[in-house]
Amino acid sequence: MLEAIYLAGHGGQGTLSTGQLLALAAVKEGKCVSYVPHYGVEKRGGVSNCGVTVSDRQVSSPFVTEPTVLVAMNSLSLERYENAVVPGGLIITNSSLVEAKVSRTDVKAVPIRANDEAEALGDPLVANNIILGAVLELTGVVSIKTVEESLKEVLPPRHHHKIPVNLKALERGAQLAREYINPTGE
Amino acid sequence: MSKILMKGNEAIGEGAVRAGCRYFFGYPITPQSELTHFLAKRLPEVGGLYMQAESEVASINMVYGASCAGARVMTSSSGPGISLMQEGLSYLAGAELPSVVVNLMRGGPGLGNIAPSQADYFQATKGGGHGDYHLIVLAPNSVQELLDMTQTAFDLADKYRNPVMIMADGVMGQMMEPVELADQLEIKQVAKPWATTGTDYHEGRNLINSCYVIPEQMEDLNNRLEKKYADITRNEQQCEGYLLEDAEIVLVAFGMASRICRAVVEKARAGGIPAGLIRPITLWPFPMEFVSKVADKAKIFLAVELNMGQMMEDVKLAASGRAPVYHYGRLGGMIPDVREVLREVEKLYRGGVGQ
Amino acid sequence: MKKGSRPASLKDVPFHYCPGCTHGIAHRLVTEVIDELDIRGKTIGIAPVGCSVFTMDYFDFDMIQGSHGRGPAVATGLKRALPDRVVFTYQGDGDLAAIGTGEFVHAAVRGEKITCIFINNAVYGMTGGQMAPTTLVGQMTKTTPFGRDKDINGFPIKVCEMLAPLEGSAYLARVAVHNPKSIIKAKKAIRRAFEVQMQGLGFSLIEILSTCPTNWGLSPVKAVQWLEENMVPYFPLGEYKTPAGVI
Repeated sequence: MLEAIYLAGHGGQGTLSTGQLLALAAVKEGKCVSYVPHYGVEKRGGVSNCGVTVSDRQVSSPFVTEPTVLVAMNSLSLERYENAVVPGGLIITNSSLVEAKVSRTDVKAVPIRANDEAEALGDPLVANNIILGAVLELTGVVSIKTVEESLKEVLPPRHHHKIPVNLKALERGAQLAREYINPTGE
Repeated sequence: MSKILMKGNEAIGEGAVRAGCRYFFGYPITPQSELTHFLAKRLPEVGGLYMQAESEVASINMVYGASCAGARVMTSSSGPGISLMQEGLSYLAGAELPSVVVNLMRGGPGLGNIAPSQADYFQATKGGGHGDYHLIVLAPNSVQELLDMTQTAFDLADKYRNPVMIMADGVMGQMMEPVELADQLEIKQVAKPWATTGTDYHEGRNLINSCYVIPEQMEDLNNRLEKKYADITRNEQQCEGYLLEDAEIVLVAFGMASRICRAVVEKARAGGIPAGLIRPITLWPFPMEFVSKVADKAKIFLAVELNMGQMMEDVKLAASGRAPVYHYGRLGGMIPDVREVLREVEKLYRGGVGQ
Repeated sequence: MKKGSRPASLKDVPFHYCPGCTHGIAHRLVTEVIDELDIRGKTIGIAPVGCSVFTMDYFDFDMIQGSHGRGPAVATGLKRALPDRVVFTYQGDGDLAAIGTGEFVHAAVRGEKITCIFINNAVYGMTGGQMAPTTLVGQMTKTTPFGRDKDINGFPIKVCEMLAPLEGSAYLARVAVHNPKSIIKAKKAIRRAFEVQMQGLGFSLIEILSTCPTNWGLSPVKAVQWLEENMVPYFPLGEYKTPAGVI
């Protein structure tokens, strides 16, 4: 198993904290993991990107230059990194902000209206975890349960009341991904 | 043993604390600031002192003073700041004072930028300061190693009474990976009867000095240092080999570049090219013996560095003309991509030995 | 201690200093004070770069030789690691007030509990008589052959005056060692500086106006006269700060 996940967005979208949350969950599941912020496919001012590599064995290069999964939280991120994704890879777009469709046909493209869904859950800040839920559903890289445990560690106790809504976001993301891939529910 | 996710900068700081380092003197510079933020909180927890100095020049001399007291002490910086410390490093080496200096390298020369680089290899391994001296230079390539080697650095510094430099880059400081933290802290504190702690606290009168006006006396010191450096060279070379058994093209890379090259080697092998990797862990002493042995069998060496070709010179010395040594580097804070290094490997292999 | 006998803290070796140089007197005063305070076994001195680098051979207690101007930084590291010891630097005017400007100022800013013995003889001695930061305007040196020109070199630095406003400095005094009366006052000030350090009150510095007959090109007697007539008016003697406040 090797997943090289590139989370790309702009400051405030929670890409870095999502990456760290995923990395922590991977550690908890005893996997090898490297998290590298900012660097990787490209680096420019204003962007907030990180790469998370999760593997059964020692991670060679921690730089995610050929992602198996791209999370594009905004239009620019899709534009910039779409072509970097490996053939057969996965691109999840935050379709609340990304209007363009994924043009490549050799990857799996899954749009998730993360901001709208987060609003619907009553907390716009959980958009990133809606996306993370989709990543978990489609890759199986770690379980939602481990992410939940990790949330308890990452969030300071005064924010623990936010855990339920974050958990809902993860589950909602997973559900949306399931429905998109298999719309008839078969 | 528990495995936790840790940031490189924190690993260095925690490694220092676990090595019994209780004094840190430093001056802010990106990209090592997070290390200082960590230690500013962590050291007081263990009764230590974090002090922000007025300059890197002052920092390294505060390190000198605390080392004279027999304390385990550390500073850290990046390119421009490390340059300012060179005089102090020469004095530390001349006065034989154990100390640990972390260089999270950044793009240069000049102010350069804060992106990762390996361009301070010459400075660290070939002098940097004035006079005949050597630092022991360690090049970790993972967060676990940042933790472990920081502890090793203090032991080596005390063992040889010599400054030790840990060379990494800014991205390693930012990187997060799982680390195993030993539950039990084992601090190898050694007796330092030479420390200037006051004559009430030790036998005789201690003098810490690197000034010898009489050339014969200076030469005595130089000879003693030379012997020490020979001992270190004999005992402390550290290196890691990967898939070298049948390798015809051998990549040589340290630190972050070695992680990239490991992936390159795997991909090259998947494509039918018998590639291998040598990863020097000690940059000084450079693992001459290891590289030299590999040079008996390898057909091509490719040094991959985030500089113009600095370590490559040591690879050439070790290969002694038995195999050609090429270089591939990215500069200015750019990181080579696995694919571009792979292309270079393919080009060299197909154009050279693979025929 | 018997009058005229050598302080125990001062080694019984001949000084290398030139005839008429007052480093010897300053050495003697510092070591007498250390003996009288009975702190020899817990005192560590830091030698500068310059003529007085050899204090490491003269002072009979633990000594450190540091790099040019960085004594107060070395002292900081040492004292922070050994807070119950007595730590002092012995520095010339080039060492302290030119290349070491950053270090002594910030040691004072931090209120380091160290003492700086600052020898001001208005010239670089060991390197052969070049202009010091304390060289007087008009004073001829090897690098100001026509006299210090204020338009090129500016004005002499007044260290005590400069440090007095800093909250971290606790005791600052300028003394001279060119006649018996001054020497008695100088010793008192040095003692006070060490006491201030031992009481943990903050940074102390004693500026000692000294002679350098060789590089001034004067006889020892004339040098004493020159100091009295030229240096004392520009660098007024006295306490500039005591723990009670700025004077």
